Amino acid sequence: MTAVTPRTDTSLVVTGSPRHGRRPARSRRDELSGWLFAGPFLVVFLLFMVWPILHGIYLSFTDQSLTGAGGELVGFANYADALSDPVMWQSLGNTAWFTVLSTVPLVLIALVMALLVDRGLPGQWLWRLSFFTPYLLASTVISQIWVWIFNPQIGAANNILTAIGLEPVSWLQDPNINMMAIVIATVWWTVGFNFLLYLAALQNVPPQQYEAASLDGAGTWRQIWSITIPQLGPTTGMIVILQVLASLKLFDQAYQMLGGVSSDTTRSIVQYIYEAGFVDYRFGYSSAISYIFFALIVIIGLGQAIVTGRRNSAKAGAR
Amino acid sequence: MTTATETLVTPGAAKRPSAPRHRGTSIGRIVAFVCLLVLAIGWLLPFLWAVATAFKTETDAASGDAGWIGPSGPTIDAFVSILSQGNVYIWAWNSLWTSAAVTIITVAISALAAYAFSRIDFSGRRWLFAVIIAAIVVPPQVLIIPLFYEMLAFNMVDTHWGLILPQVIAPAMVFILKKFFDQVPIELEDAARVDGAGRFRVFWSIALPLSRPILASVAIFVFIGAWNNFLWPFLVINDTTLMTLPVGLQTVISAYGVQYAQVMAQAVLAALPLIVVFMIFQKQIVKGVATSGFGGQ
Repeated sequence: MTAVTPRTDTSLVVTGSPRHGRRPARSRRDELSGWLFAGPFLVVFLLFMVWPILHGIYLSFTDQSLTGAGGELVGFANYADALSDPVMWQSLGNTAWFTVLSTVPLVLIALVMALLVDRGLPGQWLWRLSFFTPYLLASTVISQIWVWIFNPQIGAANNILTAIGLEPVSWLQDPNINMMAIVIATVWWTVGFNFLLYLAALQNVPPQQYEAASLDGAGTWRQIWSITIPQLGPTTGMIVILQVLASLKLFDQAYQMLGGVSSDTTRSIVQYIYEAGFVDYRFGYSSAISYIFFALIVIIGLGQAIVTGRRNSAKAGAR
Repeated sequence: MTTATETLVTPGAAKRPSAPRHRGTSIGRIVAFVCLLVLAIGWLLPFLWAVATAFKTETDAASGDAGWIGPSGPTIDAFVSILSQGNVYIWAWNSLWTSAAVTIITVAISALAAYAFSRIDFSGRRWLFAVIIAAIVVPPQVLIIPLFYEMLAFNMVDTHWGLILPQVIAPAMVFILKKFFDQVPIELEDAARVDGAGRFRVFWSIALPLSRPILASVAIFVFIGAWNNFLWPFLVINDTTLMTLPVGLQTVISAYGVQYAQVMAQAVLAALPLIVVFMIFQKQIVKGVATSGFGGQ
């Protein structure tokens, strides 16, 4: 086997079983079929992912506009403009604020839902249906429903407020609370996804642990607190990071609930990318903001990878 | 009654994921049930309220009357006027066929690529896979400008292919499927290969049938994502007759923004197909969330 050189065609037969001994030379057939199998994906990946990423970087250094005017290289001017643009910072601030406000309830409520459903009470399909169905709805649909609920004159939200003796508010028009209205709608819309992730994780907790605990006389709350929650640690970490990354991309529901009106208190960074590009037609500037946002996402992703990596190696060390 | 005795009596119960493994006291169960009920009602209410409004007359809907049935009684007028406007059918068809195309293409090219990365020893396999994994973190929203530019160059603005093609790249799905193929015992394929079957034969007649459940989960998720996608279809399609349901509906809201019953009827109609899909495929969707959700990791 060792005598086989990569270029000889006779190696085909020998390299057919690549699991013995040292790594054998690649066969030409494998080479060809590998590229043929991966080819279709790689072509669209190159065309609609790699190329736009590279072209976007180039655009961010030009003053390109949609109409084709401009296109001169302007160096770091777009980035310098963006970093001194108060609206850019405001949009980033709004995005961060939305992420904090939405992630906390989206994780906690999902956990409570999953813990309750996992108790095996009757009506399993009904609980899943109620909590998860909103996630299936298009942003257009949920926006229409919540605009109606938040209608200041005839909406249900103000009916409830007046019923419990509070003053009615202009949910989507008042800059002090329109972000809160978007958070409420978002929690209702997407909590079902996290709920199902938690439910799947709960069903993997070994039942023997509960049996041992109840033999020791631990009550339900003790069991949840000292067995279930710690077991869910890795799941919670993952749900939090997925949720943060999802919340940072806020656009669809915020844009539609406000009817396309740009509000200084709800404009997210993705909305600003959209407005700079497709309302003001400043493609170069919009690309620069895109890459600032992209860099933030990468930093968060790397931070998460480092944290999980450290946690895993700590675990491995403990064994 | 403990779980252990129950398992002894009915051995099948242990396999059911929803089997009551840790019951607690009956008071605890009642409290849990009441909490669940309150949460479920809270989550269903907004949608039920939209349904109720869709069955009101416009006058009743605009009156702010909080009752489930308006003073003029229930009516299907709102649905009739929505469905008689014609465009809804075109949008629904556009949504259906573009989402189906996105799903079929995504699943096909992702499965082929995942199989290559899992099973075939070709040069570049490692670093290519690493690049694809890295691409999982790329938010599609940051690519809208260069992608739109590219579509202009390809003459694909205002075409369904311009809508479909950028949506078929799903690096996370390649990752999930590769992990799945890695777990399939290679002996199954070796036997077929000794018999002289080519790579594609083995993939088609052994690997694919084994992966049918996970492919179904992936497909359902890709379909839901494509059906509900808003930003990209909103940017790339301007022609009213080419719009998908979410984008088309969005454009007409302002046209009759004060006709609440019609707006709610629209919302209900647009929501129905996916609710039906969920009721039929509930099991696969729940499983799909577990696998695809974790696949993003």
